[in-house]
Amino acid sequence: MSEPLRIGFIPLVDAAALIVAVDKGFAKAEGLDVTLVREVSWSNVRDKLNIGLFDAAHLLAPVAIASSLGLGHIKVPIAAPFNLGLNGNAITVSPALHAAIMGEIEGDRFDAMATAVALARVVANRKKAGAEPLTFGMTFPFSTHNYQLRFWMAAGGVDPDEDVRLVVLPPPYMVDSLASGQVDAFCVGAPWNSVAVDLGIGHILHFVADILVRAVEKVLAVRQNWSEKNPDVLAALVRAAARAAEFIEQPENRAEVARILAQPERIGVDAEVIQRTLVGRLKISPDGTMRESGRYLLVGREGAARPEPVQAAWLYAQMVRWGQTAMSPEALKTAMGVFRPDLYDKALGRSAPTTQASDAIGAFAGPPFNPDDIAGHLAAFTIRHRKA
Amino acid sequence: MSAESSPKIVIVDESPIRAAILEEGLREAGFTGVVHISEMQSLLAQIFAVDPDVILIDLENPSRDVLEQMFQVSRAVRRPIAMFVDQSDAASIQASVEAGVSAYIVDGLKKERIKPILDLCISRFNAFAKLQDELDRTKSALEDRKVIDRAKGILMKVKGLTEDEAYVLLRSTAMREKKKISEIAQSIITASEMLK
Repeated sequence: MSEPLRIGFIPLVDAAALIVAVDKGFAKAEGLDVTLVREVSWSNVRDKLNIGLFDAAHLLAPVAIASSLGLGHIKVPIAAPFNLGLNGNAITVSPALHAAIMGEIEGDRFDAMATAVALARVVANRKKAGAEPLTFGMTFPFSTHNYQLRFWMAAGGVDPDEDVRLVVLPPPYMVDSLASGQVDAFCVGAPWNSVAVDLGIGHILHFVADILVRAVEKVLAVRQNWSEKNPDVLAALVRAAARAAEFIEQPENRAEVARILAQPERIGVDAEVIQRTLVGRLKISPDGTMRESGRYLLVGREGAARPEPVQAAWLYAQMVRWGQTAMSPEALKTAMGVFRPDLYDKALGRSAPTTQASDAIGAFAGPPFNPDDIAGHLAAFTIRHRKA
Repeated sequence: MSAESSPKIVIVDESPIRAAILEEGLREAGFTGVVHISEMQSLLAQIFAVDPDVILIDLENPSRDVLEQMFQVSRAVRRPIAMFVDQSDAASIQASVEAGVSAYIVDGLKKERIKPILDLCISRFNAFAKLQDELDRTKSALEDRKVIDRAKGILMKVKGLTEDEAYVLLRSTAMREKKKISEIAQSIITASEMLK
């Protein structure tokens, strides 16, 4: 059997498990003939998956949920049987904003609460001086980047809808926009933060793991009805991706993985820059300051690949918090049902893990996340969307 | 159609030729308020300045994600825009995505007024793709002819053949190896360069 599959992806490091599955022949070994199609926008990936031009896709986890709920576009139920990556984003700020935050900070500069409070002071000072509000770039309305930025600044007292501007920018345009002063900061995935630092126009202020210990970033997404009609093909695809994730996480394979991802028709940036993000050792300032994190980007390790419905519930809670949808128990159930650990376990012949972390999200502020009482959980946050 | 009832349409396309083809089609159909945006910097600000009823964007444009933001209520978006999204639109969405274009429509504009715009847009995009395809094929045919001519020259010189004989040899080899004549010709050129 050789099952032809078309899979869409955006050139980002967290597409690694798909790219390696194809380019190392793991997909072929599973009897799959995969064509990877590089796309330029999340809207395109979503639409082409929804209407069947793609069989599967590298997709922002919140888009998989939004699509299943019919938020922002037509409703197409999605199944996500495999997490392609946890974390992996970073917040990069202009040298001017970096200096302003460092001028106001009290405490550790990698402590998200300390920087958020400092940001609130910078915002207040600008307001007093009559300056334009700060502008933050992120990749999509339904994106972890959007929610991570909002969660962080709101914890310090900055209302993301009132006190600053949040604008969507395609990842490849982020660096130029920071250089030209169109945005003062952005939250984006690898490799764009490193590109900005290398050009001397940005400082990486935070790895998003400073904000949330475990945040599902991208999922392998298929249409739910496709998953029902093609269970064997899907299981084969999950196995190929799992084998690739395992390969990627072996330290001795990282140089090879970076070379594969660096190819022009894949991500198309320097292998060395990609390798930094795989290893989690990044240059964070133009002066060469380095920072290392074991949680920068998780591809498969620490159980990262297994979809946890509680993660979907957290993302849904953010949609409610920021007014993208109204809280509804049915919608919550639908959102959680997008993440399919059952398909993951079945494909890999594994049983569900017996221990669960008490707080699967690990946010730096607010009470531990409780999917059974989202309204109560959100009530603990003073800054949230309010109906006009 | 009076100017007042003609919806304001913005075309976001970095290809000036395709945008011109589309714009012309829309004008011919009586849609007079058409503005073309080709500069992606501050795209939202440019769109807000025009304050359109309909926005058409090509799918090769990464800035499509920027437009998705207009569904949101936030400070960056002064007037939220909604695409007419109900399940019955799936067919038009499919046709437009396949043609390589997407439409964003201000909430409240009647569906029957959008349909002709979208249909026209899809047919013009398809026509442009066909043109582009023909152009590419003509280019590659020209390229092929150049390669075949060079290979014939090499065969004539090395094997002392006439032009016709050289061509027959190329063609019969291509048939035997189930390859294109231009591929055989290219390998002859490569081989002869290596043997130089």
